[in-house]
Amino acid sequence: MSGGQIELVGPPDAGGAGGRGQFRIFLGMAAGVGKTFQMLREGHAQLEHGRDVVIGLLETHGRAETLQLAEGLPTLARRRVRYRDAVLEEMDLPAILTRAPEICLIDELAHTNAPGVEHTKRYEDVEDVLAAGIDVLSTLNVQHLESLNDRITELSGVRVRETVPDAVLGRADEVVLIDVTPTALIERLQAGKVYPAERVESALNNFFKIENLSALREVALRQVAEEVGAKRLVTEANGASEESIAADAARAVGERLLALVEPYPGNQRLVRRAWRSANRLGAPLDLLWVRHPGRTLTGEEERSLRALRELASVLGATILVEEADDVPAKIAEVAAQRGTTYILMGRGRTQRGLGRLRRPLHERLIDRLPGVDVRIVADRASRPAEDER
Amino acid sequence: MSVWNVVAIALAAALVGVALGFWLPPHGRLPARNRGRPVRRILLPFSGEAISRRAFEAASRLARAENAVIMPAFLARVPMSLPLDAPLPVQCENGMPLLEAIEQRATSLGLPVDSRVSRGRSYRDALRRLLEQEDFDRIIVSVPEASTGLRDDDLLWLIDRVPAEIMLLRPARSDTRRISAAGVSGHF
Repeated sequence: MSGGQIELVGPPDAGGAGGRGQFRIFLGMAAGVGKTFQMLREGHAQLEHGRDVVIGLLETHGRAETLQLAEGLPTLARRRVRYRDAVLEEMDLPAILTRAPEICLIDELAHTNAPGVEHTKRYEDVEDVLAAGIDVLSTLNVQHLESLNDRITELSGVRVRETVPDAVLGRADEVVLIDVTPTALIERLQAGKVYPAERVESALNNFFKIENLSALREVALRQVAEEVGAKRLVTEANGASEESIAADAARAVGERLLALVEPYPGNQRLVRRAWRSANRLGAPLDLLWVRHPGRTLTGEEERSLRALRELASVLGATILVEEADDVPAKIAEVAAQRGTTYILMGRGRTQRGLGRLRRPLHERLIDRLPGVDVRIVADRASRPAEDER
Repeated sequence: MSVWNVVAIALAAALVGVALGFWLPPHGRLPARNRGRPVRRILLPFSGEAISRRAFEAASRLARAENAVIMPAFLARVPMSLPLDAPLPVQCENGMPLLEAIEQRATSLGLPVDSRVSRGRSYRDALRRLLEQEDFDRIIVSVPEASTGLRDDDLLWLIDRVPAEIMLLRPARSDTRRISAAGVSGHF
């Protein structure tokens, strides 16, 4: 197995005696990267160190390499569950709890159990195993993470039904990213190491495309990097309760952008710029238009507002329309409610009459929102574009 | 008329001048947004990573001649597995910079531009939804045109059903120039 392994968070093995077991997840971008393989190798290593290791559930998918590596590790038999006219095989949770090994290997964390067993989802079974003080090694593909499901469906065109709440990954003591290049994975697929020969062509034509895999790999790398960031902050904070530390950590790493918009065509550029910035920061984006009470929109403004709403929706931003006379006060109120860390605004209209005596909006916002960055997006550059291809 | 009257009139005139200067926007003109608005709307739909430079130039010429606004529209296709109003960040990674590039180019030519985004189950569906919401005077599509995602039958549908002038640009061997996201100048 040539897969690279990036071990990102690695507290020492504490064993499960007396408390909750240690939970390690092998995370990958797709099937075939070598998550199960690494999990088994880790099982062997622990066995050699004299620890009591068993395989609670293993999915070999007919891969000879995987089956071969499982040899020598004690495996608990699956239990048979009758569902309607079919007999299904599931992990035997009671048997694991009765056997009470030090370490249990449980493949495919996102699996949905057959009806009639203790839990609907395998990750819930794993919680019971951990609660019994047993260390668990498990595997997960990044597209099964709930928050990434829509994004990955759009990336790959394949909807994954079996999802795992992000909190499950967050609760893992260690997340080990199993990384291979998309080219290497496709070579493995072509060599028949991932799926049986009859499924290879279909896989290559659908999910296993270089562009899909590259995008998934990026998502996996980012996800693990974010996990590391959040965990580091939690580790660095001492003396506070676990819940408050987690909340502080989320706040500490969580940027939130607010773009101030008005319904006219030039504001679409501001929204696009704000979206790019939000993407780079991995932050959510809100758009806010503060309209004066009773103001009626012209036909053109209504069209612009509708276009802004559609743009916000396709970008995944939230658009808010509030009525107020005191615009800075309303913006400050919304920013406080939404937990905004960054405000983006256009240059604003040229003031006339007494309006010229007023301080510019950005200055008033800076006064009202200490700690919030305010960025003024320049008007569109009128220099000629240079590409001709 | 006494000297004092002349002085008083001069002072009054000066005060009126100062007041007007204070009240009116700079440079003695109305803000661009409030000036006479273009009445015609030229739609330039696209879905890919680049649009034909020839289609853009046709839109620019017409916009200039007719005092029209160019309306580039990014058509996004929503997979059946997602709700129709789902965010599409991956497609937007291509579409948004290209909108920016088109807007920059139009602005550099002094032309008004007003972008649109529309989603649908197919590119035709996205275009249909946009056309249901807004009226356009002209629609410019170059054929064959991978960048719009529209097939031949979509073009026939467009000609049959849409109450706008449809300009289909004939393919030309020399038509290899494109406007792409790589053409965004400056920070985006």
